[in-house]
Amino acid sequence: MDISNYIYLSAILFVIGAIGVVVRRNAIVVFMCVELMLNAANLAFVTFSRIHGNLGGQIASFFTMVVAACEVVVGLAIIVTMYRSRRSASVDDASLLKR
Amino acid sequence: MFNMSLHVGSTHTPEAVLFWVLAPMAVLAALGMLLVKKAVHSALLLAWVMITLAIFYIAEDALFLGIVQVVVYTGAVMMLFLFILMLVGVDSSDSLVENIKGQRPASILAALGFGGLLISLIGRAVSSTDAVGLTTANVDGNVQGIAQLLFTQYVWAFEVISALLIVAALGAMVLAHSERKHLSQRQLSVNRFRQGSLADTAGLPASGVYARHNAVDVPALLPDGSAAPTSISATLEARGDIIATAPFELVAQEEEEN
Amino acid sequence: MTTRANLVYLIALPLFSSAFLMLLGKIANKWGHFFATAISASTFGIGIVEFIAMRSRSGDARAATQHLFEWISVGTFRVDASLLLDQLSICFVLLITGVGTLIHIYSIAYMSHDVDRRRFFAYLNLFIAAMLLLVLGDSYLNLYVGWEGVGLASYLLIGFWNQKPAYATAAKKAFVANRVGDVGLSLAIMIAFTQFGSVTFAGVKDGAPHASAAALTAIGAMLLLAAAGKSAQFPLQSWLGDAMAGPTPVSALIHAATMVTAGVYLITRSNFIFDASSTARLLVVIVGAITLLFGAIVGTAKDDIKKALAASTMSQIGYMILATGLGPVGYAFAIMHLLTHGFFKASMFLGAGSVMHGMDDEVNMRRYGALGKVMPITAITFGLGYLAIIGVPPFAGFYSKDKIIETAFNAGGTKGILLGGAALLGAAITAFYMTRVFVLTFMGKKRWDDKAHPHESPSLMWIPMVLLSLGSVASGYLLSKGSALVHWLAPVVNSSNAEGGAELMKPIVVSALALGVVVLGVATAIIKYGRSVPIEAPAGSALTRFARRDLGQDDLNHQLLVLPGQAITRTLVATDFGFIDGVVRAVGWTLAYLSQSLKKIQNGYVRSYALLMTAGAIALLVTIWLVTL
Repeated sequence: MDISNYIYLSAILFVIGAIGVVVRRNAIVVFMCVELMLNAANLAFVTFSRIHGNLGGQIASFFTMVVAACEVVVGLAIIVTMYRSRRSASVDDASLLKR
Repeated sequence: MFNMSLHVGSTHTPEAVLFWVLAPMAVLAALGMLLVKKAVHSALLLAWVMITLAIFYIAEDALFLGIVQVVVYTGAVMMLFLFILMLVGVDSSDSLVENIKGQRPASILAALGFGGLLISLIGRAVSSTDAVGLTTANVDGNVQGIAQLLFTQYVWAFEVISALLIVAALGAMVLAHSERKHLSQRQLSVNRFRQGSLADTAGLPASGVYARHNAVDVPALLPDGSAAPTSISATLEARGDIIATAPFELVAQEEEEN
Repeated sequence: MTTRANLVYLIALPLFSSAFLMLLGKIANKWGHFFATAISASTFGIGIVEFIAMRSRSGDARAATQHLFEWISVGTFRVDASLLLDQLSICFVLLITGVGTLIHIYSIAYMSHDVDRRRFFAYLNLFIAAMLLLVLGDSYLNLYVGWEGVGLASYLLIGFWNQKPAYATAAKKAFVANRVGDVGLSLAIMIAFTQFGSVTFAGVKDGAPHASAAALTAIGAMLLLAAAGKSAQFPLQSWLGDAMAGPTPVSALIHAATMVTAGVYLITRSNFIFDASSTARLLVVIVGAITLLFGAIVGTAKDDIKKALAASTMSQIGYMILATGLGPVGYAFAIMHLLTHGFFKASMFLGAGSVMHGMDDEVNMRRYGALGKVMPITAITFGLGYLAIIGVPPFAGFYSKDKIIETAFNAGGTKGILLGGAALLGAAITAFYMTRVFVLTFMGKKRWDDKAHPHESPSLMWIPMVLLSLGSVASGYLLSKGSALVHWLAPVVNSSNAEGGAELMKPIVVSALALGVVVLGVATAIIKYGRSVPIEAPAGSALTRFARRDLGQDDLNHQLLVLPGQAITRTLVATDFGFIDGVVRAVGWTLAYLSQSLKKIQNGYVRSYALLMTAGAIALLVTIWLVTL
């Protein structure tokens, strides 16, 4: 099996996450799709680390995880605040900047 | 540590089997996460994808990362997601009817295009190289290897990431904090009695309690007993028709002895 | 060639005086006119000095030059601002400064009631300066500067009372008609430069024998066009009648004696061109003949005294132009007629001004009548001019006009008969209408009511008239005695070798014929107008009506030039607005349309923005993919 299959898998997961961001309306689900994209990137990092025999990819993956965790914390706090003020978690409600 | 990955450095059949069993499941789970109506189902499907990925990390000799993936990502982050989902409304389900015209077809097209391009580009870049494998990198063990890199080459990034974590925690606290503006009546009453003196426990007197006069040319009294200059018409003031306020001002009562 | 150092003062003095008077403004109102007249007199003085000095020299030394400065030096093209005073120029210098000074004196009194008198004198001086530059320039380009200058001065002076829109329009008409002629002069200069490499008179004269016939004809035709514009000849004659809108001294100076004769000067100065091209010469005589008849016919139908005199001027200049086309000796006779005409026409215009002054600016001759008794000096001076113009011996016009008729017949063949016949016919009609003018104005019964009190003019007005009428009387005899002028001008125009004409008709026969037709014309006029004249102009025959409309000249110009010109302008405006502005507006409209369409992307939804980001990422990937191909 070619090692690049991991890369292809990572690409597929990334694309699915991208579709999800664009298509879903629930803010939390959108957020989860973003997480999926980050995870796909992580997989790619790890595979590259294996290809090059260098642990730098895993370090990058590690940092990505930490950043993703911070992002989740703050993002969910924002969603909660939004929910508290307007009782809806739909992303389409923030549409006041339309033409 | 015992070797969990079989045949490091090359992908022999066990790893291939692992891949070809788990990868389609991951993809299906991801698609499912995209397509199901209830958000909780999405969260659970995402958790499954993450566990699959953790298995892949372990298969690729990234032992530390695999465990961290399970513990931090699946264990903490996804659980956090589920908590928030509970808060926001576990029964809330998205209607899958798209209200932006052309969004669905455009996004599928974009996705296919994106995916195609990505795969072809990366495939071109990668398919010609041979995997070196992590045997030499992991010679002291994966954790030691990572620690070696993390605390020497990437220590600055490490410190910054730590600061970021603290800031994120603070940010969450700030965002989630809400000023309690509405105290209950009981709490208000308790607060009143807890002031320095009991003088104002019953509140301040209503307006007009200390008024001595209701003529138009006598100024009204402020709560501290002095004359309110704005209570007299400016014309009267200009003509000097105001009666002096001194007789009407309240003098502070001296403390009575005993 | 002698060098004389004071030629430049002839031009500089009036020019600076004009600028001086215009800049000083109201301060100079009390003495401006005296100052201007003094300057004009001083130029006459310089002219006399130069004339005497010139007579004392002989041969080639008679011509005097003065180099002022190097004007244009571009590559091989070099033009100096130099002045040339030769036998031809001195005639004009004396005429311009002499008649000009007399008219300055006349204007002091004529314009005494006008608040803008100082400005009038400034313009008069400007005219003198420009006209002197015209006749003193030693190259076509220097002449052109003076040419334009007199056009400007004419415009300013015709439209002097520009509060009246009709007068301002008349000034514009004169300027535009002149402009058409100026194009001819420009083209002639350009062709001369390409052919000869030089635009000085000497340079062109030297190059003329070696040039091609086509080039010479072209230059000649263009010079004729220029002369036609400035001298009000057919087909550019329509402005002269309207130019009578200016004050009468202006008509006397510019449109009788000097500016309108600039065309004759130009053709005479370019004699080497016309001598070398018989086609151009033929065109000249045709134009001259047509105009002399045109002017005469129009003159018979005009009731406005000034317009009648203007038509007469047009006709007399037609005689001069006809003469210039009749060979070397013709130039001398043209100049002779020009000088005599300067005297008697200026005198008659001043007389007309005097009559108008006395009749409170009434110009309709049908309201005059029997003014001879009330204004004797005017009547006498006008009468002397009248006798001169119709060619009664021994007055001036007899000598000059008869010489022209004689030379016309001597041209030989059909051409000679036609031209001579036309000149005789013109003489007859001239006699008729000039008698008509004289009789209507000064004789017969009075047709003015008691509101008008005609009176003789003040001395400052009749003294110049008297002096000019002396010229009407004596100048013809003096100039032709012993062929004085012919010999004087010979070095310039080769007039002594009278090559063109064998004497086909003896001078005495010509004189007899001329006198005969004159008597015929005078008699007809006296019979028709001697007794009673209706105050309201009768309807008249079709020809009369046509002549009153200036033989349709304005209608022709309107149809040929104005209407097509307006059509072209309208088309251009429409093109500019529709096409050119349309392109600009289309750009704006396109941008607006694009914005309207692109605006729809901003629907406020985060998800569609996310989709746009994805599209951007795809574009980036495509670029990378293309680059790594």
